Formats: sequence, C-alpha cells, structure tokens
Amino acid sequence: MQLTLRVWRQPSPAVKGKMANYHLTDVSPDMSFLEMLDVLNEQLILSGEDPVAFDHDCREGICGSCGLMINGIAHGPEQTTTCQLHMRSFSDGDTIDIEPWRSGGFPVVKDLVVDRSAFDRIISAGGFISAPTGTAPEAHATPVPKVDADAAFDAATCIGCGACVAACPNGSAMLFTAAKVTHLGLLPQGQPERDSRVVRMVAQQDAEDFGGCTNIGECSAVCPKGISMETISRLNHDLLGALRAGAVPTS
Amino acid sequence: MALELFLEGDPIADTKAPRDVPIGERWSERKFRGKLVNPANRRKLTIIVVGTGLAGGAAAATLAEAGYHVKSFWFQDSPRRAHSIAAQGGINAAKNYRNDGDSVHRLFYDTVKGGDFRSREDNVHRLAEISTQIIDQCVAQGVPFAREYGGLLDNRSFGGAQVSRTFYARGQTGQQLLIGAYQAFERQVAAGSIETHSRTEMLDLVVVDGKARGIVVRDLVTGEVTTHLADAVVLGTGGYSNVYYLSTNAKGSNTTAIWRAHKRGALFANPCYTQIHPTCIPVSGDYQSKLTLMSESLRNDGRVWVPKERGDSRPAHEIPEDERDYYLERKYPAFGNLVPRDIASRQAKNVCDEGYGVGPGGLGVYLDFTDAIQRLGRKAVEAKYGNLFDMYARITGEDPYESGMRIYPAVHYTMGGLWVDYDLQSTIPGLFVIGEANFSDHGANRLGASALMQGLSDGYFVLPNTITDYLSAGPFEKVPADHPAIVEAEAGVHAQVEKFLSINGTRTVASFHRELGKLVWDYCGMERTAESLRKALDRIPEIRKEFWTDVKVAGTATDFNQNLEHAARVADFIDLAELMCIDALHREESCGGHFRAESQTPEGEALRDDENFAYVAAWGWTPEGEPPILHKEALEYEYVHLAQRSYK
Repeated sequence: MQLTLRVWRQPSPAVKGKMANYHLTDVSPDMSFLEMLDVLNEQLILSGEDPVAFDHDCREGICGSCGLMINGIAHGPEQTTTCQLHMRSFSDGDTIDIEPWRSGGFPVVKDLVVDRSAFDRIISAGGFISAPTGTAPEAHATPVPKVDADAAFDAATCIGCGACVAACPNGSAMLFTAAKVTHLGLLPQGQPERDSRVVRMVAQQDAEDFGGCTNIGECSAVCPKGISMETISRLNHDLLGALRAGAVPTS
Repeated sequence: MALELFLEGDPIADTKAPRDVPIGERWSERKFRGKLVNPANRRKLTIIVVGTGLAGGAAAATLAEAGYHVKSFWFQDSPRRAHSIAAQGGINAAKNYRNDGDSVHRLFYDTVKGGDFRSREDNVHRLAEISTQIIDQCVAQGVPFAREYGGLLDNRSFGGAQVSRTFYARGQTGQQLLIGAYQAFERQVAAGSIETHSRTEMLDLVVVDGKARGIVVRDLVTGEVTTHLADAVVLGTGGYSNVYYLSTNAKGSNTTAIWRAHKRGALFANPCYTQIHPTCIPVSGDYQSKLTLMSESLRNDGRVWVPKERGDSRPAHEIPEDERDYYLERKYPAFGNLVPRDIASRQAKNVCDEGYGVGPGGLGVYLDFTDAIQRLGRKAVEAKYGNLFDMYARITGEDPYESGMRIYPAVHYTMGGLWVDYDLQSTIPGLFVIGEANFSDHGANRLGASALMQGLSDGYFVLPNTITDYLSAGPFEKVPADHPAIVEAEAGVHAQVEKFLSINGTRTVASFHRELGKLVWDYCGMERTAESLRKALDRIPEIRKEFWTDVKVAGTATDFNQNLEHAARVADFIDLAELMCIDALHREESCGGHFRAESQTPEGEALRDDENFAYVAAWGWTPEGEPPILHKEALEYEYVHLAQRSYK
C-alpha cells in the first residue's frame, strides 16, 4: 500500500504546532497502525529529521498508553485501541490525518503525546476502596451476586486511554469517571465510601479542564472497551443521592 | 578456549531465612526476629520505589500506608500503565475452595517441581503461604474476580496444575489486579504519603559507603538529570524479555534499572533462565514490533495439533480427525495439553523443525476449539475466552471460532534477575528487588499464574515486613548533594547521553535491537548448545562495537526524545545478552526453560545434572573485556525430593 500521512507536529507545548505531510510506500495490510508509524520514524531518523513522538507500550490493547485521532475519530475507524488497529482497515492511496487527543484537560507534551495526569488525579480524589494491606477479611466472607460482579467487571475494564474525552464535543471526562464510580459502587466492598467517592471524583473532574457531560454518547461509541453510557446514568443517580444525603467534596 | 569465559569467586548464601525451625514456621519466625521501626520514626525514613507494576505499586502503597515517606518513579505517563497490566490468565492461591486436595504444601511442592528444582525452598514456601492473603486483599480492594451464581469466587485449573487454584477476571486478571494496586497507590498520593515522578527513568544507582542511598534519573519530558536520595531503594522494574527484541513484553520494558544496579555491585542471578510461552500469535512480517500472547488458559479447552503429513497446506477444517497429530496428548497422556510451558514450547519447536508446522514459514501449530465448542456450546466458550478470540481475530484477520488459532512460542518472562536474600535484599545493602526484577521464586521455569502471585506477595506482604530490619538502623546520615558518588553518577549519565547524540552513524537504534534480538533468539532461545552460544559470544562484542560507533540517535538531550531512551536501553541489553550467553554456556545441563541440547534424556526431555549444577549462579559485574565473576549459592532440598520431572 502507498499512503499519505498528515501528522500533527509540535516540538513542545510552547511552540505552535502544524500538520506535516509524509509519503509511505510498501505498507503491509498486516501491519498495526503503530508499526506503520515505526516505519515512518525509521525513515525520518535516517534522513536526519526528528521522529514523530507518540505514546505506546503494551501494543496489545490493554495498557491504555496509545491513542491517536485518526481521520478525526479517536483510535480510528475500528472500535479498538490504536495499537490494535491494522492497516487492512485502510486502502491503497489513502490520505490519513493523525492528530493528538484534543482537550483542555489533556495538554500536548510533544507531537502526538498528551498529558493525561488529570485522570490519575480523578482516581486519587476517591476512585478506590480504603483497604490498607493486611486488613482484609477472608475473601468468601461476603458473597457478591454474579450479575453485580460481572457488571462491575465490565465497568472496570476501562484502560484510561482518554478516547472518551477526545471524542466528546465538550471534552468531558464523564465516561471515565462514571466507569470507576460504577465499578466500585456495584460491589458490597465499595458501599461505605459510595457517597463520598462520587462527590469527590466529580468535584476533581470539574476542577480539571474538562467540559460538562450533555449525554451525547460519542465517548461510548469510540471506547475500545465498550464502556456503556449506562455508567453515566449510574453516576448521576449516585451523585444525586449523595448530595441529598449531604455529602460534600472535601474530606 | 583462548580466553577465560568467567572466573569463580566466593560462594554466596542466604543468611536470613531461619533454617533452625521447620519450613512452615520460617516466615513468621523471620518476621519475629527482624527488627521493627517504631510508627513515629517511619515518617523520618524515605524509601525510593522504582516501577509501579504489581510489585512496585503494591509496595509503594503498603509502605506509604505504614507511614514511610515514599518516592515513586516510573517511565510511562501513568502508574497504571506498568506491564503487569497485560497478564491475562490468573493468579494462584492455595485456598482449596474446590476441595480438590490443594494446600499450601501442594502449591509449594508444585512450584519447586515446576521450577525444575532450581529455586529456594524457603522463598517458595513463603510464597505459597502468602498466596491466600493476596486473594483476600484484592477482593477487599474491589477486584472483580470471576464468580459463580452463588456469589462465591470461581477457580480454574491452569498451566500444568492438577488442582483448580487459579483465580481470574476473565482474560484480564493482570489488569484488574494492577488497577487494584494503582487505586491503593493513588489513595496514598492523595494522602501526601507518596511523592510521584511520572515519565522519569532511573539511569544509575547512588551507592555511598557501601549502601544504596539514591538514584540518578532523567526526566523524559525535559531531559533534566537529577539525583534523588533515600534511606533505601526498591527496584520493581520488571523483566528483561525485550533483550530478544520480539517478546510479549511491552515496548518500554527494559533491563536498564537492574543492569545499572548490577554495574554498581548487585549480583545478577541466573540470567539464562528465560521463559518461552507456548501460546503466542506467530510472526507475520519483518516490520513486527512485538508478539502477542494468547493466555495459556486456552490450553484448558483447546487441543494442540499439527497435520500428520509434512507440509500439508489444506486449511485446518479440511484436515480430517485421523490425519491430525495431537502430539501433546500422544506424548504426555497424563497431562496432555496442560504440560508445563517449557515442555509445550519445545515440543512446538520440535514439530515445526521436523517440517510439520503450519502458516507462514511453517512456524506455527494449531490450537483447536472444535471439541470445546461442541461440548460447551459457542456461548460458553465466548464467555470464557471472548476477549482473547476477539484479539486474535483483530490481529490476524482470521476467525478463531471457525478456523482455530495458529500459535507459536515467544519469549514471555525472565526467571533470572538480581540476586536477593530471603529479605529480598540484593548484595548491596539497602537495595531491595521485588517482582520479576529479582530471581527468587521460580527457579528455572515459572508456572502459569505464578507471576501475579509473586509480584503481589513481594509488594504487599514480604518487602514491607522485611525492609524494617534494615531501616531500623536509620535514618542514615544525610548525603550532601555534592557527594563524589552523586557527582560521578550524574556525570556518567550526561556523558552517555552526549555520546549517543554525537556518534551520528548510519544505523538506527531499532536495527541494532532487532539484530541483537534475533541473535539471542537463534543461539540462546528455546534450545541452546555450546556451539550456538559460542557463536553468540563471538558476535555480541562486534555488535557492541558497531553500536557504539555507528548508531544514529535523533533529536536533542533536552526535550522529549524517545529515540534517546531506546538507545540507552539497547546499550544495556547488549551487555546483558553477553552475560546470558556466558551463564547458559557454563550451565552444562538442561533445566526448566534452559534447554541444552547436549543434556537430554533418550526421550528428548530436559536432563538436569544435580550433582554439578544444583546452585544459583550469581554473577558479579566486571568492566568490558574482563571475565565476569561467578558466585554459587548451593541449593538444598529438605522438603521436596529431587526428582526428574515427568509429565508423562
């Protein structure tokens, strides 16, 4: 395959970025999208140019490091991670636009790399069950209905890639936050902190530079793990209940 | 040989396990004999933890909960990205929830035997004891393990075990366990107990008066090189499978942290013990950047076979039953498709070498689910393995429900690592090593679902209890910022960065990494011979020389430069590869993942030489051109009798 790539180049946050054009020949349909970028980078290095910076690590769709806007769609045309997208999804002669996640909450570090530490801060605000090492009761002390365990697992599969934010016209992080609220809120172990958790996580999300959620649903449509919009309904339900019960975001 | 390959130094021994009490009491006894740190003194003690995987993340969270001041470092953008996240199959624990005869003793026995009698009994027994606490801890954190309709935890049999002791969360157990540790970690970040250093790579260890007192790091965004000091340093930096270039490890996984600690004096144990995982998706082309593992839980329901006819190119579903060779079931009737990893891998290589392989280049065997789908129904198979089947379909463009999978072995895990005693302390006082980065629990071969167990055991339960004995003597004397050890270490890091950027040769870092990887795979991979290892040892110094004179590294020292990061890691992989080959050459026996073709039974199984090689090979670093120094730790078996493994 022959391809024309239009790639966002931005040396640092302080410098204005722009799209640059590159031509690639001999692209195999069995290559992953990131392997195609590897080939581009090898060529750039040998010709003395700066290779394109992009985040990636496990390359098997689970670490959540990679994430590119491909032709305007987060992670590209298939509903998967960028590393699991293969060139057989494109055609010979295509022009492909490659950009970083775009959101106020995810400032650009360099080229296609963004800073997603806001997600860590949202988890830090309350996305956990307080169970210091050594304090746990016997694992079978509390049975968990299979339906709840399975639904909690579905929400817990979130990989924190940030595609939801990138796809949202508002740049909202609601699906990410809702997935964690749902995961922990469905389990009996998560009940004692259920109210404080949702209130604190939402307050932190609002304190970051993310937009508000207006239930558009672009987030779920691009989520590589198919996290459902139902999690957002659960978050809103929990939030309302917590505020009614008088929960406040500060500890 | 013309030059000495290595020199032999003094023997080494673990002195921390209390061997005067029975094995089942040694862990409690060690905790009792070790000194403690008063809660009020803990906040005066700083501990550096490098890496945020299951071991590092769990250790950082637990030490912070205990009241220590923890500084955490990782090279990815978030602590949740560590490669533990990619573990699929499960985690072992001796809960005996299935009433199938499991016990701490059986898990201990299976692990020592599975490791082909090259691990330390004391460490393995402790691991088996702690296994049950790990499950309790993870459930309390909200890890959504698979459950049955009654609400209790489900288990499965996994990778060569005859009991069902593996706990799992669909095919994403590592992800769920790591997220549990990550959430505990973030809770401590919020509490102000963990100071975080994201996108920061450790490039040297600071040793002052013989003690590990800090690390030199490079900020991967700005390029700034700084030193961080502490009372103790903990490395949870994972394994070195990427020495092979193609492996199932994440692209960033590397040996740099442990290798640079090795260069500062920490002994490196059993580097040649590498594990080749039998069920990975075969290579499809030269551009291949990594290999993808298909959980070996698939072997519970999948049947491995090749056509009986060499070079049979018919599609799998057109080959009738009586023209298929289910070679694992034929050769190992008792264990069948569930033989340990090393055996399954080598048998796949053997049938492919004999010309029975399938797919591109004949480097693949079938893993077939027809029987399972008929027996359980497609829905049940989907529920168990859905995500793995989807992953396979996405990568290969083939439908595994229809055509089965093609699989081939790939490097997956490294049992070798920095030598540690029972307290997980290396040969440098104050330097502790946990998880895959150490050598301690798996001997020459790791059993399936034991890596997650060891990582969390070390991080949550072992290290936080053993490190107190060392820290009780602290806080240690403050190290001034201009101490010669710091100045020298920082200068070394700067010099290396400048050197890389000044060579301006003709070959990329990746091209060297690929060449090195192929060499190590061909000559120090699934099967090793004295001849192949000598070939590798002839070639590696040449690769090193070419690398340091002809590599081309892009960019500058003062910005986000992934090419520069890669260069430093490849430099260390080259040095490590040489030590791996020396270790493999000196160990003239087969054991576990280390198969020396010269040492096999008439049936072609690994043949150990207990008389001469029942020891841990712990290597001391020497400057380039000087032979490394071998220190032997004798392995004694009091509770598990040395026996030739048999899975027939």
